[in-house]
Amino acid sequence: MGVVGGGAGAVSGGGGSSTSDASMSTVSKEDNPVLSSEDSSSCLDESELELGLGLSLGVGVGACKAQQGPRGGQYARILTAKDFPYVGSSTSASVSSSSSSSSSSSSSSLSRANVTAGTKRSADSVAAANGASQVVGWPPIRAYRMNSLVNQAKLPATEVFNSLIVKSRNSNPAVGKGTSNACVNANEKGQLRSSLFVKVNMDGIPIGRKVDLSSHRCYETLAQKLEDMFATSSTIMNSIRSGGEEHDMMVDAITPSKLLDGSSGFVLTYEDKEGDWMLVGDVPWGMFINSVRRLRIMRASEANGLAPRLEESNGGQRNKPI
Amino acid sequence: MNYFPDEVLEHVFDFVASHRDRNAVSLVCRLWHRVERLSRQRVFVGNCYALSPEILIARFPGLKSLTLKGKPHFADFNLVPHDWGGYVQPWIEALSNSRIGLEELRLKRMVVSDESLELLSRSLANFKSLVLVSCEGFTTVGLAAIAANCRFLRELDLQENEIDDHSGHWLSCFPDSCTSLISLNFACLKGEINLAALERLVARSPNLRSLRLNRAVPLETLQNILMRAPQLVDLGTGSYIHDPDSETYNKLKHTILKCKSIRNLSGFLEVAPRCLPAIYPICLNLTSLNLSYAAGIHGSELVKLIRRCAKLQRLWILDCIGDKGLEVVASTCKELQELRVFPSDVLGVGHAAVTENGLVAISAGCPKLHSLLYFCQQMTNAALIVVAKNCPNFIRFRLCILEPTKPDPVTMQPLDDGFGAIVQSCKHLRRLSLSGLLTDRVFLYIGMYAEQLEMLSVAFAGDSDKGMLYVLNGCKKLRKLEIRDCPYGDKALLTDVGKYETMRSLWMSSCEVTLGGCKTLAKEMPRLNVEIINEHDQMEIGSEEQRVEKMYLYRTLVGPRKDAPEFVWTL
Repeated sequence: MGVVGGGAGAVSGGGGSSTSDASMSTVSKEDNPVLSSEDSSSCLDESELELGLGLSLGVGVGACKAQQGPRGGQYARILTAKDFPYVGSSTSASVSSSSSSSSSSSSSSLSRANVTAGTKRSADSVAAANGASQVVGWPPIRAYRMNSLVNQAKLPATEVFNSLIVKSRNSNPAVGKGTSNACVNANEKGQLRSSLFVKVNMDGIPIGRKVDLSSHRCYETLAQKLEDMFATSSTIMNSIRSGGEEHDMMVDAITPSKLLDGSSGFVLTYEDKEGDWMLVGDVPWGMFINSVRRLRIMRASEANGLAPRLEESNGGQRNKPI
Repeated sequence: MNYFPDEVLEHVFDFVASHRDRNAVSLVCRLWHRVERLSRQRVFVGNCYALSPEILIARFPGLKSLTLKGKPHFADFNLVPHDWGGYVQPWIEALSNSRIGLEELRLKRMVVSDESLELLSRSLANFKSLVLVSCEGFTTVGLAAIAANCRFLRELDLQENEIDDHSGHWLSCFPDSCTSLISLNFACLKGEINLAALERLVARSPNLRSLRLNRAVPLETLQNILMRAPQLVDLGTGSYIHDPDSETYNKLKHTILKCKSIRNLSGFLEVAPRCLPAIYPICLNLTSLNLSYAAGIHGSELVKLIRRCAKLQRLWILDCIGDKGLEVVASTCKELQELRVFPSDVLGVGHAAVTENGLVAISAGCPKLHSLLYFCQQMTNAALIVVAKNCPNFIRFRLCILEPTKPDPVTMQPLDDGFGAIVQSCKHLRRLSLSGLLTDRVFLYIGMYAEQLEMLSVAFAGDSDKGMLYVLNGCKKLRKLEIRDCPYGDKALLTDVGKYETMRSLWMSSCEVTLGGCKTLAKEMPRLNVEIINEHDQMEIGSEEQRVEKMYLYRTLVGPRKDAPEFVWTL
């Protein structure tokens, strides 16, 4: 058979036809009443069905229903989309192969549940990455609506907007307007995400990095990411640095809270649309996303007039996820 | 029937408006066919590949309004590859070379290029109305051409298109002499807009009735626009964010009081809920409210708003309204005819969703409901049975339980009985979308009871070929059938091949049909195009037993299409 189950050509790294899969082990053909549909379909009979309709649920078409009846937990183990992780997963290959080898093609719900196979497009991998339904084209929402929901979720309008006089709303990070390197990939077929890559420079490190702001929803995770990015360069920084005092400060790992509150000796700042350098963390995340152009991890000594934020406990707004 | 001169027949036919009736009229006799086609002004083509532009132009020389649909419905959900087809260019070329004075073009799921738009704008002198729904392939450059060249433009309606935004200058391309605009909808544009040009355009368009703005239009501009156009009937706000204590917001509150004609309200793409009270005064007049893109309105704000909309006939919302919110809808909106509840939680962040309880409440409170699109976490047979009893007037019933193959959570049964109750009770049902755990039995019910059914969408359902056969045998009026991830194979496909010529199209993906089966079908039915989409080159030419991942077939007068890309095989 040229194509296994659901388009094996599209499934990368699949385990082929011989792997068994842990997630499938709880469901066997005997257990799952839906799979034993061969029997149930044979009792489908028009006259009996008329009785079954509307009178009650669970009584009706005699023997067939008994089979499907009180299976309780096992029935609840009906495979859902979650059981079929999509991208490059060996489970999908084994699912498809077990279905095609163990049952006739017409009666297996497993083959039906090969939702992951076939149309492997970049859309689907992004959809999986988004943690949304991992089934291709499911739920059936128009791509345009899906894209704008995804974009909206990344840019929450918080109540803080209500108390601010908002300047002209000409900014939209989803549009590819110059400075913040935002690009909408909604137009590219299959991509759901709009990415917002901004440059990050750390004082003392000549080579900068870039970070995708749209993959974060609060300051904490961003700071964590930055710490991961620059922590490995600390040895490089040490070797570059000649001054003693800065060297001491560099010894500590830059933890997120230290980045955000300045106690590491560094402050996290950003350049906004107007070209001003601002301290990260003052405004709600959504507003920050709207106005940030690039980031700079600045030595505290250069951040004149910025008090260390050790005692500040307004982490609520900063750290609030969506 | 030759008692009357043609003019009299024509006059009588003027009263026959619907496409179907006119099609029926044209079949009576040759005379009627001739009179009908010469007087026909509006034509609807449900599948652009079913015929050619030349055929259309030859038959209907008086054509003024053309509606065309391109890609199959499942293209909306990314199931159809990008370059599959559906190009409008050949149609526009043919129309521009003809003597047809087309005035209106309505396209859905088609590929529209800037060149097409430019050609359209330059060659059709009397062009008045362009409506693009779910289309792609064009940019604001094409829009600029339309704005600049269509001197009598009345309507430019862009709904949910993917448009590349190169600049906001297209709005400035409307000449100062253009004062005929009645409807302008650019809500789907993602980029900046020349706000001053927009305000000037509104100021010189006294007939403007419908205006839907995009996200780039701030509240200040909305205020200015409403001052100039208090006669608006249909309004889509852009960004609805401001400080409620500001001067601008106060002005808006007063301006809105003059907008007594607004019946449709939409937008709120960005919203500051504390600014919502400004629109309260017009809520009582609203017959249509679309908050399905207004993720910023939820909870009590949303409910407060809805409580004021007693006359709503159509409501589109997000499921963050919750079951409780739907109960408010049920008790407030007694005139409700159409309800769409969209999921807000596609990223899995755990927002509120709706269940069967919300739907039951709606059905109890809104007896006039006839169109439903409902995305929910779960559904029970009991609930569907109640809904069927409360609302026997459903024309469109589309239920999407978000988790595929989910059974009734209370009884753990499939939802066959529930949907069966719907089709049995709703004798006028024309469109049905199924979801949840379903066996062949539901299709037996559908075949038995859904006599008016024209469109059926099926996913992850059924056990055997019988399911599909019940539907093909029973639903005499079936026009469109779309199936994905169901265990239907060649037997189901080939048992009644003649049926497909009575339908517009059939889509089957991730089913069990084989290449051999499709080839057999194509051979027996030369007036169908049987297309296989071979996306990842996984099909081998020789092997007949291999499964076909995606098949789309449709009846056509013109044989295999010439613009099919490499990965589409017409058998």
